[in-house]
Amino acid sequence: MKYVDEFRSPQFLQAQLDKIAEFPFNARFMEVCGTHTMAISKAGLRPLLAPKVELVSGPGCPVCVTSAADIGLALALAEIPDAILATFGDMMRVPGPAGTLSQAAARGAAVKIVYSPLDALEIAVSNPNKQVAFLGVGFETTAPAVAAVVLMAEERGIDNFHLLSLHKLVPPALKALVEMEEFNIDGFILPGHVSAVLGSNAYTFLPEDYGIPCVIAGFEAVDILQAICELMVMRRDGAGLSVEYSRVVRAEGNPKALDIMHRVFEPADADWRGLGVIPGSGLRLREEFTARDAASLVAKIIQPADDRGCRCGEILCGKIRPAECPLFAGSCTPDNPFGPCMVSTEGTCASYYLYDYTDNNGVVNNGVEPQHQQVDNGVEPQHQQGCD
Amino acid sequence: MCLAIPGKVLELGEDDSALVEIGGVKKRVSLMLVDGAGLGDYVLIHAGFAIEKINAYEARRTLELFEEIAKLDGTT
Repeated sequence: MKYVDEFRSPQFLQAQLDKIAEFPFNARFMEVCGTHTMAISKAGLRPLLAPKVELVSGPGCPVCVTSAADIGLALALAEIPDAILATFGDMMRVPGPAGTLSQAAARGAAVKIVYSPLDALEIAVSNPNKQVAFLGVGFETTAPAVAAVVLMAEERGIDNFHLLSLHKLVPPALKALVEMEEFNIDGFILPGHVSAVLGSNAYTFLPEDYGIPCVIAGFEAVDILQAICELMVMRRDGAGLSVEYSRVVRAEGNPKALDIMHRVFEPADADWRGLGVIPGSGLRLREEFTARDAASLVAKIIQPADDRGCRCGEILCGKIRPAECPLFAGSCTPDNPFGPCMVSTEGTCASYYLYDYTDNNGVVNNGVEPQHQQVDNGVEPQHQQGCD
Repeated sequence: MCLAIPGKVLELGEDDSALVEIGGVKKRVSLMLVDGAGLGDYVLIHAGFAIEKINAYEARRTLELFEEIAKLDGTT
């Protein structure tokens, strides 16, 4: 595939690794984006870089950072008679206060998995007597596409299309993260596709106000290693912001996508798993579109229960690694996920479980022995509660 | 979830739609979020929408940088 294959030369990778090895100091960087987390784990970069560079995963998986309360709201939507809930597949198995959307579907709830919000709009067109609610989950990469579909619904007069906007914005979350007392990261590998929409200018506050080196990276292993090289140089010479993924990311981002996003949404406070409520870090429908707000369809919200030992919140902030959670690889596995970081295909725990951890002879590639604590509370793992 | 993949614009349709080829698979997507994507251009596709055009010049420059580093390393 053009723009993919030519970025996968093994010679490039070896050269980058050699270059990183030459720096006479160690560093701890955070890859913010879940797609980077998966790319890094899949390419096996973590053990290759250790101990020179430790890569810590951040709060960049939209499913993982969705709070238990918001998942409760989504589940409540699935229980409304004569309503159809349309969602990206990643949300189906996230444990909420009353189980998962998959379980709701098994009980007869009308839950449809869609690839695009455009598909959700067509479901609304084909079912004029039903209310269709789309679960809007995602960062700046996804929000413009959802906004575009809201505008299409307006233009075509499709009144039974509704949206539950759980969209979140990356820069306010990074600001909250760096202001945490325990923050201990030497630089950020910033998301490539969020930045394609948002533009690199959105992050200048990180090096300027907080002295944190930042590189916006592409998703091939060589892109990520190049970003690490640039972060090492900045760590030595002083913080800055650079765009390794220049084939896609412009300083000003994609103005057309941003315009459509801002026409439909306005910033609002949002509740992040692990980070709590961050002012202005979410997107809600502007007043003129409130008739489409799916939250208004819900009469009773299912309240979240306690977290029962899940440490997703700390993992999302880079405070601990997955294997330091007592549930990791014991009670919590991709087959029976306890928390959202193990559910999502881009979740930190799922990535580590699949690629950075082996159970044979206790060998753990990411350097931490898993705790293997079985939690016996008389409930099957898939019925256990979400964490926050 | 922020996965986006490159597709080549094969045909332009009505209402900002386009037929794109993604690794040999043809798919109809919306070009509503990008300005000026034409036939033969590569765009990044996410959730049924092109979210940005791929800049061929910058892609070449990045590859040249990687080649330069590999040469310095003596591995090519």
